[in-house]
Amino acid sequence: MAFSRRQFVKGGVTAFTFGFAAPQAICDIAFAQGSAARNLVVVYLSGGNDSLSTIIPYRDANYTTRRPTIAIPAANVLQIGSDSSRVELGLHPRLTGLKSIFDAGRLAVIQRTGYANQSRSHFTGFDIWGTASTTNTSGPGWLGRYLDTMPMPVDPLVAWNTQRETPRPLMARTVGVPAITNPSTYAFSSPNSGAEAGYERTAQTRISSHIPVDRPHLAFVNSTTQAALGTLDRVATVATYRPANVYPNNGFGQALTAVAGAMNKQIGTKVYWVQTGGFDTHATQGVNQGAYFNLMATLGDGLKAFYDDLSAQGLLSSTLVLVYSEFGRRINENGSAGTDHGAGANMMVLGGGVRGGIYGTAPSLSLDPANPTLENNAADVKYETDFRSVYAKILDSWLGSNSVTVLGGDYREGAPNFL
Amino acid sequence: MLEHTLRRMGFGASPADLAFWAGMPVDTVIDRLLNYESASTDHDAKIGGPEYVGITTSAGNPFSANTLINDARQRWLFRMIHSQRPLEEKMALFWHNHFATAYSKIAGAVGQERATRMMDNDPSSLEGSPAGQIQVLRQFATGSFPGMLLAMAKDPAMVYWLDSQLNTRTRPQENFGREIMELFSLGIGHYTEADVYAAARVFTGFNWQLAGDRASNLTSYYTFLYRPADHDTNAKTFTFAIYPDGGKTIPARAAAAGEQDALDLILALARHPATAQRLATRLYKFFVNETSEPDASLVNAMAQSYLANNYNIKAVLRTLFQSSQFRNPANFFQRYSWPIEYVVRAIKETGWTGFTVSSALTPLTNMGQQLYEPPDVNGWATGPEWISTSSMLSRMNFSATLASNQRFNLARDAQPHRATPDRLLQYLLARFPNMGFTSTATNAMSEYLRSTAWTGTDAQLQTRVPGLTRLIVGSGEYQFN
Repeated sequence: MAFSRRQFVKGGVTAFTFGFAAPQAICDIAFAQGSAARNLVVVYLSGGNDSLSTIIPYRDANYTTRRPTIAIPAANVLQIGSDSSRVELGLHPRLTGLKSIFDAGRLAVIQRTGYANQSRSHFTGFDIWGTASTTNTSGPGWLGRYLDTMPMPVDPLVAWNTQRETPRPLMARTVGVPAITNPSTYAFSSPNSGAEAGYERTAQTRISSHIPVDRPHLAFVNSTTQAALGTLDRVATVATYRPANVYPNNGFGQALTAVAGAMNKQIGTKVYWVQTGGFDTHATQGVNQGAYFNLMATLGDGLKAFYDDLSAQGLLSSTLVLVYSEFGRRINENGSAGTDHGAGANMMVLGGGVRGGIYGTAPSLSLDPANPTLENNAADVKYETDFRSVYAKILDSWLGSNSVTVLGGDYREGAPNFL
Repeated sequence: MLEHTLRRMGFGASPADLAFWAGMPVDTVIDRLLNYESASTDHDAKIGGPEYVGITTSAGNPFSANTLINDARQRWLFRMIHSQRPLEEKMALFWHNHFATAYSKIAGAVGQERATRMMDNDPSSLEGSPAGQIQVLRQFATGSFPGMLLAMAKDPAMVYWLDSQLNTRTRPQENFGREIMELFSLGIGHYTEADVYAAARVFTGFNWQLAGDRASNLTSYYTFLYRPADHDTNAKTFTFAIYPDGGKTIPARAAAAGEQDALDLILALARHPATAQRLATRLYKFFVNETSEPDASLVNAMAQSYLANNYNIKAVLRTLFQSSQFRNPANFFQRYSWPIEYVVRAIKETGWTGFTVSSALTPLTNMGQQLYEPPDVNGWATGPEWISTSSMLSRMNFSATLASNQRFNLARDAQPHRATPDRLLQYLLARFPNMGFTSTATNAMSEYLRSTAWTGTDAQLQTRVPGLTRLIVGSGEYQFN
């Protein structure tokens, strides 16, 4: 995985020089672009979400027989109606927050997304979803390529990664995405105080201003330092944000609080990356409590708090949240009351501009090897909607970009009409 | 060359280290660092000594490196700084990333004391307790790769990390079977989904058990357990050769002999050419250069050494360290320092008297590398992926913390060079080896020293020497190894 980024660094040096040359001027641009612009918040569920437990075809008799210990009882699911093939569906019982967003018409669930010959590897799968390519998974990511289409000079805070490491989807050729895990610790400390500390910051800024074309890796590091030092003061304003409602006290809730804060302070960021882990549930998923129940609590409560916060601030209409994972899981539960790596899965989209509802059709869980909605001898869910068509819809209809350019192909056909 | 060798085969050099090795031919230095078996193992006995870096326990408790994870982290950092066998610790770190296992999942199941033992137990600390995972990796650090694969398959931490204890005849579970091929040996593209299912069945029955005095988490520990009743005794067929004669099927065998299945598969994985290439490439990137395409001739020679020497890692490393590529100045500073490497080298070069490695634990987490806590089984994302605005701030801020702590030592060392700012600058640039600054950067440093009129007084040295130290150690040029 490490080597792929090297090529991106090499290709990106000249642009780094340009993009980060004048942080002060860029700030002005960012402020001028202001909060009117729409933003996208991508929520990645790390580990391969068992989406048959998120959106449940609870009347399918095979659902219960193939999952004897982990099937959610029909009586417990949060019913959301039927899809176009008349399969009745329910949300996981712990997703009460998402249910209310669904009822408000602002949550779209898209069933059976994926791609042909889906990878069961976490890492390859993540890179395929990240690059929107099944063949070239080591290049820049789809969000990075979108950022690359921005007119120069690009504000260093055009995107905001709440993780320490830059994930594949955010890797760009010309834009370095800042990693800001916690705005309140995003600061420059010093062994000295007062004016002496100021001299150090000035000197560190000057030292890192050297972006040598002939030393691309040093240029990359120095560009990153420049981006950090050039954005500290703006990020510090986000640290002062205090939401009016309560977010869950966990990493996911804290990350979403920072995102809402950046929106509140009109930082001008267009793309946010948030993730929450623990979805590799090979064992003891549980039913009315346990591992998967807790995952749904984290996901549902966090998104609901974020939704309510934005709603109260009037920011909902400029925000779109996309939720996805690198693969779905095996239909049959394994011997450990968990599930192994599978294929097709659900995506979710929510926000003030979303046309809520159920998109796509649920799989039939029949064990017939010829079952067209399944693959791998009826072991895994077969995709129906290419995940890239969802990206295309967001790029074209939300971000006002050109999905054919960004995705390197026309994936518009068959895109669910959630926008 | 000496500094390069000590950075790559270890974690850098303190002024005392440089004095010790000075004048020795490089072949001798490499030979002694590589063949460290006769070197002292007295590092742990030095913990707490006033001339070494400090450790700080929580709430004044006794230092408990076998049962408290933050103490284990401090012990490992101490060894990286002071061990007489730096390559042993360097390889342990390399293998930790290769067999990436995270403490938190295990602690969630068995509690912090037993989980810490599983990660890095010193067997002499408790009668009957087995070596922890990292201690096993130290034992195999430059040894037999199939031996290490087998030890990891039976390692209690690995068993629980990849759910092997749930993998049984009636309910096979793929987690370990997949990762041993995808990440620990062959790499993706050299096996099929059917091989994953077969591999899962090979390891059925691999389990763990609680042993020792169960009355207390401090006196009990986990050991490997093979449960024949859970083993799938049927034949397992793979798409690649399992046996030297090309046979692809592990025969049906009695449950009591079922562990032999694992041995057969592991030997097959170890001798597969894809494993040889993959290990050679990873070691090349770790020790030679990760900023340009690997030198195919050296990687092939390393893979050949591996295959021709019973899959022995030291043979691979000997080929690597004796190569002209390892010594080629064009390959100096062509690796991104891992956060651990960055922190340990900064401490060795800046000084440690009065510094405690506990102060490095939170910064390391913020830089993206907490020992015993890789993000997932794929290990840490290395190379350029270490670098983000957040991680660079953490690195810059750690350099500030360290320089502040070493303020008086640094100022005292700088006294002979106080006559002019530029003499002082030359001294500090030499003290902290780096890929080389341009005049833009050195001018900025020189002007920093003259932010107010240069007096060279003790008071000014105590402000500007730590200030300049943080600027150099926090610079882009210093992040490379």
